[in-house]
Amino acid sequence: MRSTFSTTTARNIFYGGALFSFLLFLALTFHTESALPQRDARALLEANPQVAVGKRVWEENNCIGCHTLLGEGAYFAPELGNVYKRRGPEFIKAWIKAQPTGTPGRRQMPQFNLTEEELDALVEFLRYASEIDTNGWPPNIEG
Amino acid sequence: MKYQSQAVAKPYFVAAIALFVAQVLFGLIMGIQYVVGDFLFPAIPFNVARMVHTNALIVWLLMGFMGAAYYLVPEEAERELHAPKLAIATFWIFLVAAALTVLGYLLVPYAKLAEMTGNDVLPTMGREFLEQPTITKIGIVLVALSFLYNLSMTFLKGRKTAISSVLLLGLWGLAIFFLFSFVNPDNLVRDKFYWWWVVHLWVEGVWELIMGAILAFVLIKVTGVDREVIDKWLYVIITLTLVTGIIGTGHHYYWIGTPGYWQVWGSVFSALEPIPFFAMTLFAFNMVNRRRRNHPNRAATLWALGTGVMAFLGAGVWGFLHTLSPVNYYTHGTQITPSHGHLAFYGAYAMVVLTMISYVWPKLNGREANGNRSQVLEMWGFWVMTISMTFIALFLTAAGILQVWLQRMGANPLPFMEVQEQLALFYWLRVIAGVAFFAGLLAYITSFFKGVEGSPEYRPLAQEASA
Ligand code: HEM
Ligand code: HEM
Ligand SMILES: [Fe+2]
Repeated sequence: MRSTFSTTTARNIFYGGALFSFLLFLALTFHTESALPQRDARALLEANPQVAVGKRVWEENNCIGCHTLLGEGAYFAPELGNVYKRRGPEFIKAWIKAQPTGTPGRRQMPQFNLTEEELDALVEFLRYASEIDTNGWPPNIEG
Repeated sequence: MKYQSQAVAKPYFVAAIALFVAQVLFGLIMGIQYVVGDFLFPAIPFNVARMVHTNALIVWLLMGFMGAAYYLVPEEAERELHAPKLAIATFWIFLVAAALTVLGYLLVPYAKLAEMTGNDVLPTMGREFLEQPTITKIGIVLVALSFLYNLSMTFLKGRKTAISSVLLLGLWGLAIFFLFSFVNPDNLVRDKFYWWWVVHLWVEGVWELIMGAILAFVLIKVTGVDREVIDKWLYVIITLTLVTGIIGTGHHYYWIGTPGYWQVWGSVFSALEPIPFFAMTLFAFNMVNRRRRNHPNRAATLWALGTGVMAFLGAGVWGFLHTLSPVNYYTHGTQITPSHGHLAFYGAYAMVVLTMISYVWPKLNGREANGNRSQVLEMWGFWVMTISMTFIALFLTAAGILQVWLQRMGANPLPFMEVQEQLALFYWLRVIAGVAFFAGLLAYITSFFKGVEGSPEYRPLAQEASA
């Protein structure tokens, strides 16, 4: 029997398979987008413009460079997706203002010189993040 | 080197290696900060070191891919590069943009950098791996366009092979998915969802096409095996890659607010992702076993085989370790993640670039292979770096298992920072392995300066042609 599996066949299977997978992925994406309003706490985001401002503060100080947020980011410092529930708003603000601790040998968090408005916005952003439906992750409050 | 214009690869490779050195130095700084928390603080806070480390990695891999493509595409197309001067100009623009960005990270506070570069106009900064100012991102797109234009023109006007088609497809995909780095909705879930279209669809999608093409090219050269056989393997491998890897993106959609069904889609498809990596390993060994000649560049052959094995270990085995959603529930965002991240990035992409450089560098300098001394030193570099990286991954895996146990399981979970203190031993071991890695890198670099030394069989290419 002659081998019927030629390079051309292999190539066609590749293009077909890749296209099919991508279309399936797009379909799942569309479905996800339609399911998100029930899960992603967008009511908080839409009701309070501070949340978006807080996200910008989060980004422009590169908090993700040390911390995880919903388990993604850096692994040097604690998870912050649920910090609002773990510590509460006042603790978070006081903590950020008190940095760096200067404790010798301890991991240090920089002083970002945030204004009171920026701190409030950041807290609102973290509150919003803590309300996202994450399918029960993290396993416990320690993150 | 068959075509003069292939020489444009040279500066790309030099810059890639220089950035590799910078990357590892900043990795060592962070490694120390993990155990001596205030090391170099406040001059270089951890997050700054991390940006330099990961962005230098990405840029040197891109430089490596570009150098590889500028060498490979003309050779496959059997003609000179469309616009060699443009390739050189693009190189300098890319290098200067990268250098300025890194200086920005190091010299001004990140918030200041965001303000200076107008992040509020189109906010894209402050997300992992995508920390570059928006103007740098735009610069990257322009560099990619110039690069793709140059190569596509060369490709279209010349011989079209499976290898160059797959390479170009991968590179176009790289550029297209990078456009999602400009997508940054205020909605955190949607932000995260599309962020993975850059990160996951790169490393577990289009970059694998680039890797497969480069590996296939080098294997043809060093083994002399029939192209027909290699082409078929290549298509089978990349079919498996995209069929498993695209839906496999779902393994990042378990806990970020996306619907629960991703746990099924993500687990099933990503569990199959090791198959193409395994196929790549088989491919490399199979081709070398069937070789029609013993190429004098033994170092390049070693790199090619090593890439197959280490990519399978780092991406396939270490990826599988935490990819099923019930496991990932506990390991998500612990030290297990960077243990896999390191072994996979090194084993697949760092090593495939080093494979190409190993094969191409002597050619660019007018010889078939380097002398014996140089090759022995290069192979020392290979072993020391590869073994050290394996140990880095093992130490982080141990740290990660302990972290999961102390922080996420059991009746009395400990707070993050307390757990970190208990992991100090493994972090110290990681620093030691990191220093060893750096030593291996130095040995590797030294090999470039030994060129033709100590090689009885060395003959320049020109002589060989006339012999
Ligand atoms: C001497 C060697 C190295 C040391 C000590 C080192 C150390 C580190 C540290 C401490 C982090 C940050 C982890 C965190 O966020 O908490 C990191 C991140 C990272 N490094 Fe390295 N590194 C080294 C070499 C490398 C090499 C050679 C590569 C790739 C070829 C690499 C790729 C990465 C990647 C991809 C990340 C991000 C990981 C993630 O987000 O999961 N590193 N490295
Ligand atoms: C060469 C290919 C690969 C590279 C370079 C790579 C690299 C990485 C990196 C850097 C991360 C961390 C991302 C972050 O910072 O959040 C990551 C996460 C992850 N990778 Fe890979 N990976 C590769 C292939 C694979 C494969 C084949 C699998 C599965 C079989 C896999 C499974 C995972 C999972 C499950 C995570 C998420 C970890 C978490 O939940 O924290 N990876 N990968
Ligand atoms: Fe992934």
